[in-house]
Amino acid sequence: MVAVCLGVPGRIIDTHTDRGTPMATVDFGGVTKDVCLAFAPEADVGQYVIIHAGFAITVLDEEAAHASLDLFEEIGIVEAIGQSGVEEA
Amino acid sequence: MKYLSEFADPDLARKLLDEIAATVTRHWAIMEVCGGQTHSIIRHGIDQLLPEEVELIHGPGCPVCVTPAESIDRGVQIASKPNVIFCSFGDMLRVPGTSRDLFSVRAAGSDVRVVYSPLDAVTIAEDNPDKDVVFFAVGFETTAPANAMAVHQARERGITNFSALVSHVLVPPAIEAIVTSPDSRVDAFLAAGHVCSVMGTRQYEPIAEKYRVPIVVTGFEPLDVLDGIRRAVAQLEAGQATVENAYERAVQTDGNEMAQRMLDDVFDITDRQWRGIGEIPASGWRLTEKFRDFDAERRFDVLDLEVAESTTCRSGEVLQGLIKPSECPEFGVTCTPRHPLGATMVSGEGACAAYYRYRRSGDVAATGG
Ligand code: SF4
Repeated sequence: MVAVCLGVPGRIIDTHTDRGTPMATVDFGGVTKDVCLAFAPEADVGQYVIIHAGFAITVLDEEAAHASLDLFEEIGIVEAIGQSGVEEA
Repeated sequence: MKYLSEFADPDLARKLLDEIAATVTRHWAIMEVCGGQTHSIIRHGIDQLLPEEVELIHGPGCPVCVTPAESIDRGVQIASKPNVIFCSFGDMLRVPGTSRDLFSVRAAGSDVRVVYSPLDAVTIAEDNPDKDVVFFAVGFETTAPANAMAVHQARERGITNFSALVSHVLVPPAIEAIVTSPDSRVDAFLAAGHVCSVMGTRQYEPIAEKYRVPIVVTGFEPLDVLDGIRRAVAQLEAGQATVENAYERAVQTDGNEMAQRMLDDVFDITDRQWRGIGEIPASGWRLTEKFRDFDAERRFDVLDLEVAESTTCRSGEVLQGLIKPSECPEFGVTCTPRHPLGATMVSGEGACAAYYRYRRSGDVAATGG
């Protein structure tokens, strides 16, 4: 089934135009899709974009992604509790 | 996959959980607005890992779930007409209308097609000039730019046999409706990250201020959700109520301005019915006068509808966070994803479907995916 909200980041592996509309081929971990870059014309090969209904709605800011992960690393002022964990996606 | 597995790291998740546990001193109810977040929370068992003071309430942010029976009924009527090709996102097909869903219309021989992008519907219209092609434009602010672009392109390309049945919904008015409801127990909101990727974060500032409620813009992976909760709890404990962005890699304060310009051109604000909730003022989009020729409701005579929503299904209460899916007596008994009684069981993002898929009953430990 094709979901309304997909919203996972995919990596641009090629850009092209179709009838004047900027398009990209985006790789979602092995599955590729053609998506429209009309709202993210600055997006380039190698960058990650978030797609909804076949359109890139934002280019992922990789610096911000790493900043978040660094922040999470620094958190943890209390000893770990219990054995429960969150599973890999 | 990059930016997915990193944001599901179990060690970092534990750090965030510890931080939340160290901060919290009393009970707080936090609503995650978006169905994608609900799905992530249930799938990873985040609600069960949190300290017991922190209660997560599932919100109305599943576009499939809130599309009212009235809109489905209109779609069913239009799709049943001769010479129509009705195009929809796949997960709308099994959403119950008053008496039928779109899937049964297709089974009865009508041309109902599933599209991935609304632009595909425009192309279908171009390839079938002797047919009337109708696109079912549903969703929140995330899918709206794509749907707006489809209508815009149809006009630019002079495709006159294309129209859109528009049933768009907006998040901020829904948050406001929940926060002002006398039954509301919500202390803080996790706002839907991708909605903010499009619209920015400013729309939420007046709400946070007026109702003294923290609003944290939050992503969808486990660490994103935990960080959103961490920040919400920190604000609540400190007596603050501001808009905070916990999803900076995908959300900028101003949002996507190109998309917003397109939305302004194509859509106007309108009152909208929400399934199980009722009408929320100024909570939807409809086509502007400029695009009236592309409005399927004007193009087709949709007869007066006798709309009735299920009386057994309690999805309205589920969508407002008043009950958990497992508190519905039909849950897992007469209502399953194969035989859904309500939209919250149809959609993969619906709270009922998430509970069924990952938990089956209210209290069994999460199995993960
Ligand atoms: S379990 Fe089924 S009947 Fe109950 S609220 Fe959910 S969708 Fe409706």
